[in-house]
Amino acid sequence: MIEKTGVATIEMIKSKFPKKEVLTRPKAIIECYTEIPCNPCSTSCPFDAIYIGKDINQIPRIDFDKCTGCSSCISACPGLAIMVAMIKDGKAYFKIPYELLPLPVRGEKWTALNRYGRVLDKPCFIENVMVTKKNDKTAIVTVSIEQPYLYEFVTVGKKL
Amino acid sequence: MIEKDLVVIGGGPAGLSACKVALDAGMKVAVFERSFLLGGQLVKQTHKFFGSESQYARTRGIDIAKILIDELDNTDLEVFLNATVVGLYKDNVITVYQDNKYFKVKAKAIIIATGASEKFLAFENNDLPGIYGAGAVQTLMNIHGVLPGKEVVMVGSGNIGLIVSYQLIQAGVKVKALIEAAGKIGGYQVHASKLRRLGVDIITNTTVKRAVGDGKIEKIVTVKLDDSWNEIEGSEQEISCDALCISVGLSPMHMLLSMAEANMTYVGELGGLVPIKSCDYETSLAHVYACGDVTGIEEASSAMVEGKIAGLMAAKHAGFIHPDYEALENELNNQLCVLRQGPCGEKIRCGLKKVGEVYD
Amino acid sequence: MIKYVLEESGEDMRIDEHPILTFAKDKKIRFTFNGKEMFGYLGDTIAAALVDNGIMEFSKSVIHERPRGFYCAIGNCGSCNMTVNGVENVKTCLTLLEENMVVENELSEVIIND
Ligand SMILES: Cc1cc2nc3c(=O)[nH]c(=O)nc-3n(C[C@H](O)[C@H](O)[C@H](O)COP(=O)(O)OP(=O)(O)OC[C@H]3O[C@@H](n4cnc5c(N)ncnc54)[C@H](O)[C@@H]3O)c2cc1C
Ligand code: SF4
Ligand code: SF4
Ligand code: FES
Repeated sequence: MIEKTGVATIEMIKSKFPKKEVLTRPKAIIECYTEIPCNPCSTSCPFDAIYIGKDINQIPRIDFDKCTGCSSCISACPGLAIMVAMIKDGKAYFKIPYELLPLPVRGEKWTALNRYGRVLDKPCFIENVMVTKKNDKTAIVTVSIEQPYLYEFVTVGKKL
Repeated sequence: MIEKDLVVIGGGPAGLSACKVALDAGMKVAVFERSFLLGGQLVKQTHKFFGSESQYARTRGIDIAKILIDELDNTDLEVFLNATVVGLYKDNVITVYQDNKYFKVKAKAIIIATGASEKFLAFENNDLPGIYGAGAVQTLMNIHGVLPGKEVVMVGSGNIGLIVSYQLIQAGVKVKALIEAAGKIGGYQVHASKLRRLGVDIITNTTVKRAVGDGKIEKIVTVKLDDSWNEIEGSEQEISCDALCISVGLSPMHMLLSMAEANMTYVGELGGLVPIKSCDYETSLAHVYACGDVTGIEEASSAMVEGKIAGLMAAKHAGFIHPDYEALENELNNQLCVLRQGPCGEKIRCGLKKVGEVYD
Repeated sequence: MIKYVLEESGEDMRIDEHPILTFAKDKKIRFTFNGKEMFGYLGDTIAAALVDNGIMEFSKSVIHERPRGFYCAIGNCGSCNMTVNGVENVKTCLTLLEENMVVENELSEVIIND
């Protein structure tokens, strides 16, 4: 269980995703499962899509109708717990926070990792890398991977 | 002898916040800091902070330190660096050690904001070179850019252990494992998850039995623990490493207060020996206030708020009323309530109750 | 086993690139440790420069003469105490490195190159 391993079960993960039909548009997936005193995700969303409320210990709740997938919340989250996901043409697209070196470069192929840090069978492709002042050194990397890895992919490992 | 309205001991988030409010209230303030730079723990924290916007959440610790220091620019604050306060006396006098010299300072009020020190862990050969406290590892790599080793094992899965492990990876070090004696991870799930996805094994119910090495650490032997923390025979395992980082908690730096015979009490939830204080943050020593981790291990967010309250109260009792006194007092107490709500605040609420502060 | 680079400023333990931080390595500073010439950078504490130079043993415990490393970095534990420019018991973790400093660790045999 997550308290022992730091890894969410597949049911927990799925509970944070909207229905697949909704993912034709990019949506934020917030993997923040326990109550902690924290709320930058909510205050950073320009569309008021994330609700925490007055008691900052509440678990963030997202309104997928309001979320535009703008990705502002990704770099605001100190827990690096948010990514934006989308499905298009049989592929899953993710925007993930990344704070390690070397930074991936657009066009490269990288290993894809699951929540245990294990390498997935299929690689992922770096679609874009965004480094802005506002993101304060947390790069936002856009990757694509085959759709079946939608609930498994979490970050990139090494350049292939 | 130097004379001031207020002396602040410790230039961390609590101390700096106290300085700001007291200066705004019109006091003449001096801060004494043992290190060669201000900021306390913040200067080593490269991660974005938790909390809420009013305490700079999502700003990196290093940048919060800059904000707090910038706020004090162009004020009359007198800053003493490399200045360790070694004595606190009942007549509001302190002794300072700086540049191989001792000198005394007298003040109308004193705020103790000395923070915390790291706890140690008992195991065979725990004094081998290459075994570091988590704070030392952070100082080395995040202030000086020097790595403590190339393959590190972390002991302790509280937020500090989790965060420092992540920082080690950012600095290019391999974190071979994180071991934890308890049956579950101590820190926040999000911190644990971001480490796990980078392939770091978090091994619970396990502790270090001994370190092995000739003149410096070469490997450790771990042992499994059952639910009552007894070693399970035959469960020893070796992990090679060139540095071992110990992060098993902090305890308040109470020495000055203890020396001056302030009323102290041991509260496990707060990390150790803490001063009993009034709701105005005054200790049992008249005109001596305390705030931040020295009054109970918590967070920078609460340390800043506490520092402001201590500054406000120390000023008030010395006859300096802050221009926004009432609004500020309400607002700050509110912020503390918000920070201490919820399950993460339970330990601190429970601890504070034992020293007479109620947050239910 | 890891080999530490002992010559010059052992670049080996220095972080070259960091995703969040930049380290100013503008000015090299020469010092000696037990008579051996070493280099660090402006802004280093003596302890940081020593670790960078591969020095792990900072002192020896008083009774059993067990080697002690740098431990707390905040002036609490005393295991980094050394003699600096002739002054005994200097906390090397809190003292900034200066040009031509003479650093010696008190309890081990001091090797003097004459
Ligand atoms: C790895 C790590 C991660 C953390 N992450 C977070 C986070 O995400 N969010 C958060 O809110 N908090 C976080 N914290 C906690 C936070 O850093 C501390 O709670 C906070 O710094 C406490 O502030 P303070 O001012 O009480 O003490 P400190 O920051 O410890 O400052 C005390 C100062 O007093 C000085 N001092 C001590 N004794 C003397 C003396 N005798 N004379 C002169 N000076 C003296 C010390 O040198 C120090 O500078 C983290 C801590 C660590 C270690
Ligand atoms: S992706 Fe943009 S719109 Fe969606 S929750 Fe995050 S900040 Fe709000
Ligand atoms: S900012 Fe991140 S860690 Fe904080 S509450 Fe939101 S999702 Fe959780
Ligand atoms: S390393 Fe502990 S006092 Fe210097």
